[in-house]
Amino acid sequence: MGIRTLVAMLFVSLAVIAVLATQATYRLFLPGLLQGAVLTMEIAILGSLLAVIMGVLAALARMYGPAPLRWLATVYVEIFRGTSALVQLFWLFFVLPQFGVTLDAFLVAVLALGLNVGAYGSECVRGAIQSVARGQWEAGTALNMSRAQMLRRIILPQAFIAMIPPWGNLFIELLKSTALVSLITLSDLAFKAQQMNQNTFKTIPIFTLVLLMYLAMSLTVSIGMRLLEKRASLGLARGKAA
Amino acid sequence: MTEQPMVRFDNVSKRYGALTVLNGLNLEIARGEKVSVIGPSGSGKTTVLRMLMTLETINDGVIWVEGEPLTHMQQGGTLVPANLAHIRRIRAKIGMVFQSFNLFPHMTAMANCIEAPITVLGMKRADAEARAAELLDMVGLSQKKDHYPSQLSGGQQQRVAIARALAMRPKIMLFDEVTSALDPELVGEVLQVIRQIGREHDLTMLMVTHQMGFAKEFSDRVCFFYQGKICEQGPPGELFGAPKNERTRQFLHAVLEAG
Repeated sequence: MGIRTLVAMLFVSLAVIAVLATQATYRLFLPGLLQGAVLTMEIAILGSLLAVIMGVLAALARMYGPAPLRWLATVYVEIFRGTSALVQLFWLFFVLPQFGVTLDAFLVAVLALGLNVGAYGSECVRGAIQSVARGQWEAGTALNMSRAQMLRRIILPQAFIAMIPPWGNLFIELLKSTALVSLITLSDLAFKAQQMNQNTFKTIPIFTLVLLMYLAMSLTVSIGMRLLEKRASLGLARGKAA
Repeated sequence: MTEQPMVRFDNVSKRYGALTVLNGLNLEIARGEKVSVIGPSGSGKTTVLRMLMTLETINDGVIWVEGEPLTHMQQGGTLVPANLAHIRRIRAKIGMVFQSFNLFPHMTAMANCIEAPITVLGMKRADAEARAAELLDMVGLSQKKDHYPSQLSGGQQQRVAIARALAMRPKIMLFDEVTSALDPELVGEVLQVIRQIGREHDLTMLMVTHQMGFAKEFSDRVCFFYQGKICEQGPPGELFGAPKNERTRQFLHAVLEAG
């Protein structure tokens, strides 16, 4: 799908929200839902940031770290990939306080989702690094670069482009997983929707708006990632036209 | 005191599992000497260059560069396997050009040539750029310095790769079938550059090549590899003109036949 299609879809979904909002039955719920959407976006953005940091660190530690670091990274990836995000949320929010560590619900949401997606992300990073041709490492060796120099200057810049599409998937996964945080007292978009539904039983307008809002947010992520991909591959693609 | 050889392979072997690629190789290369390595595929000739560039480990023997061990270091009077710092210190003397160019695709020709001088040698950007500009000019590509590898022909890419290697001021240059991936009409421009650096720079050169004409005209010595050993070596006139070994004769005959 081209960027144009994605932008058109985003435009249509926003337009539909705007048109629906002209009706009183829909307009009634809009402010509350938008409030929830803001919280959803905050968690998604901070969680994604944490996921990228964890993904890159875990991948590098697993591939090039000394034994203890490698071991630690493997344990991290397997635990956070191998258990459900919901259980991780509950554990951090309800179990940790039993050991005397109480974390703010918002912080727990960002931590759990970021660590969870970061564990998947580390595999994307690893795959992307491994997809860089071996000759690139050899050229670096022939220029007497250190492994860290090769990684930083030669390998990661090339791997970065290969990482963008799978990370796009993960960011959207993370965005949708934020719905789970409604179970640890946070008033995100999904929580607001459920609450309003229980109070008013206006299921159709509420969940139609919620659906469109999630769609608009994930389309924004898709478009952003496409633009990033285009920009990042500029140098590499430039020659194809020549 | 007799002069140290620039490179010395001392009884070096390389095995991959049960397969022996190089079998007790002994080879000395003098300072400034141009040595061509020829032989059928699988004879271990590329492995010789890759071991010297430390792209392959060795199983037996020692490789010496200017009288210092490359693969090993002295410790309490004995040789132990070298650590990375030691390898990097010795490896700084060696540069290599690859069959498949291996330019950094996300960097322009100029950026390719200043990357390692800045990050490895710690040169100032302006100095590195001046030096790279000189080298790109020498390989005839000063007009293309801001082009990315994908915008260059194979011959141009390989010439950038040669400039990039020279920018590190190596004493030894390794050329691994550097014209094999090129269209026939682009081979000449690359060989011309190699001829020129052979004349203008005081470099020791070791090249694996299938260009027999070039090996004959350019080298001081030609080594014919067969089954992991040097089967025959000598001045190009002798080796090409009157090969003593039956295998050499067969190989040269087959190559000339192919034309």
